[in-house]
Amino acid sequence: MAHTLKQVSLNIPASPEDIAALEIGSIVYLNGVVYTAREGVYDLVMNKGRVLPNDLKELSNVNFHCSPAAAPNEDGGYIIGGVTATASFRFSKQMPDWLDLSESKIIIGKGGMRREDYKNVLAPRKVVYLSTVGYGTGALLGRGVKNVHAVHWLDELGIAQALWMFKVENFGPFIVDSDIKGNSLFVNQGEIVNQNIDKLYEGLKQPALHRYGETDDRKDELM
Amino acid sequence: MIPIETLEEAAYEITKKAAIDIPEDYYTGIRGMIDLEKGELSSFVLQAMCDNWEAASADRRPMCADTGLPRYYVKMGDNATFSGGFTGLERALRSATARATHDVPLRPNRVHPLWRTEHNNNVGINAPEIEWSFEPDVDWIDITTVQKGGLFGTDYRMLFPGDGIDGIKRFFLDTLIAFGKRGLACQPAIVGVGVGGSKDTCMQLGKQAACLRTVGNRNPDPKIAELELELKDLGNSIGMGPMGFVGSSMVVDCHIEAGFTHTGGMPVSIHTFCLSSRRAVARIHKDGEIEYRTNPEWFTPYMRRESVDWPTPLSKSA
Repeated sequence: MAHTLKQVSLNIPASPEDIAALEIGSIVYLNGVVYTAREGVYDLVMNKGRVLPNDLKELSNVNFHCSPAAAPNEDGGYIIGGVTATASFRFSKQMPDWLDLSESKIIIGKGGMRREDYKNVLAPRKVVYLSTVGYGTGALLGRGVKNVHAVHWLDELGIAQALWMFKVENFGPFIVDSDIKGNSLFVNQGEIVNQNIDKLYEGLKQPALHRYGETDDRKDELM
Repeated sequence: MIPIETLEEAAYEITKKAAIDIPEDYYTGIRGMIDLEKGELSSFVLQAMCDNWEAASADRRPMCADTGLPRYYVKMGDNATFSGGFTGLERALRSATARATHDVPLRPNRVHPLWRTEHNNNVGINAPEIEWSFEPDVDWIDITTVQKGGLFGTDYRMLFPGDGIDGIKRFFLDTLIAFGKRGLACQPAIVGVGVGGSKDTCMQLGKQAACLRTVGNRNPDPKIAELELELKDLGNSIGMGPMGFVGSSMVVDCHIEAGFTHTGGMPVSIHTFCLSSRRAVARIHKDGEIEYRTNPEWFTPYMRRESVDWPTPLSKSA
């Protein structure tokens, strides 16, 4: 069926007004510079005292939780084949300090943040979360990368963990997961799905042996 | 005698093809799911994935930038001969992995589990994995590569005979719901279920069921075939689609493989392959001709044999 989802094109750095206007469930395409940063970069900058690349804040307020499929080419540049996000909830603990330090206002990733992070971490900083689609549309996103503006800490961190600054055009699709108020599409959709879950298990007998996960109490006998 | 260079060329080509070209059976399966999908967001995601596969093939770029963990399944004909020996072939598969990682490029995902060090080529200790099987009375070699994502969607559980099919269904739901939330399992996917064996074979069978059988393929045991369809429908009745959005597209197909197990137990493993189901196969004939395809044809009657002897035309005539 043809979809009726709203589509938006955003220039980066995204203005506070543009970010405030994003509605959950809309489809977004980006133009400008996005940068990749995940655990390797966070560790270098926040634990090991490295300084952010000096043009980062000026060019981009979009942190992509991504490792590209990239390789050096003969001209000293890079081939960027596919681009896909990695699961963001793993970086939950680093996000508050990183967002304060980088002044980034858009996070792009896979799967959204932990439920409480939207209200506690993202909304107070007027940060929104965009999700890649389907995890992912690596080839479509690869097409949107026009060139590598710069790559930092490649030798130390490797291709997957380095800080890549990509110049992008019509880079997408992304789905708006959360808005500046901290509403989350993933949370809303998950709640609808949850309503059906008990019914699925009706009539299925319990197994003889239970296991942790079904209880969190390590003193329980799992029989 | 098949030259080792031919085997390496075939392995290199399938490593590239797997990353770029979605297998036809999977693509057709997903298109069929779009027709049934009533969730608007879910339907949008599936359509975007189809657009993505078309872009990947047209541009010759990987369909997903997490190009998974490249691995190989080799099926050797009893009568196949090749130069270089078995360690030579293992070296050729490592070389193909490293070269394709640079040339496609694939993401160099493979790192040391503790030191996080890497060689930027997807080669390292026990990587890529190579699994071997054999086929009677033929003289070809099949090499299959699978590049499956590595983080989410797999679980193992020791159930007991008394837990029955209900136990399998509960565990199936548990796994799909847990990893399906927000789409971490990258559904809809081919779901493989391993039943029986010991813990390691249970995991291996389930993974092979997910990665080495095509959409629409059924287990030759009619009761297992029926359970495959039942589990598929159960998964699609959760109410969840791609990315965990409201929808009905969770399981594009379900494959079960069984192995004889301990009399007291019924171990079960569940594996979800990726939305970008990357597999590609080469058959290298005796004369060195290479034929490419996407159906691994891994589970032959010989693979699923129950008896001591396997009556082959050759052994019968002997």
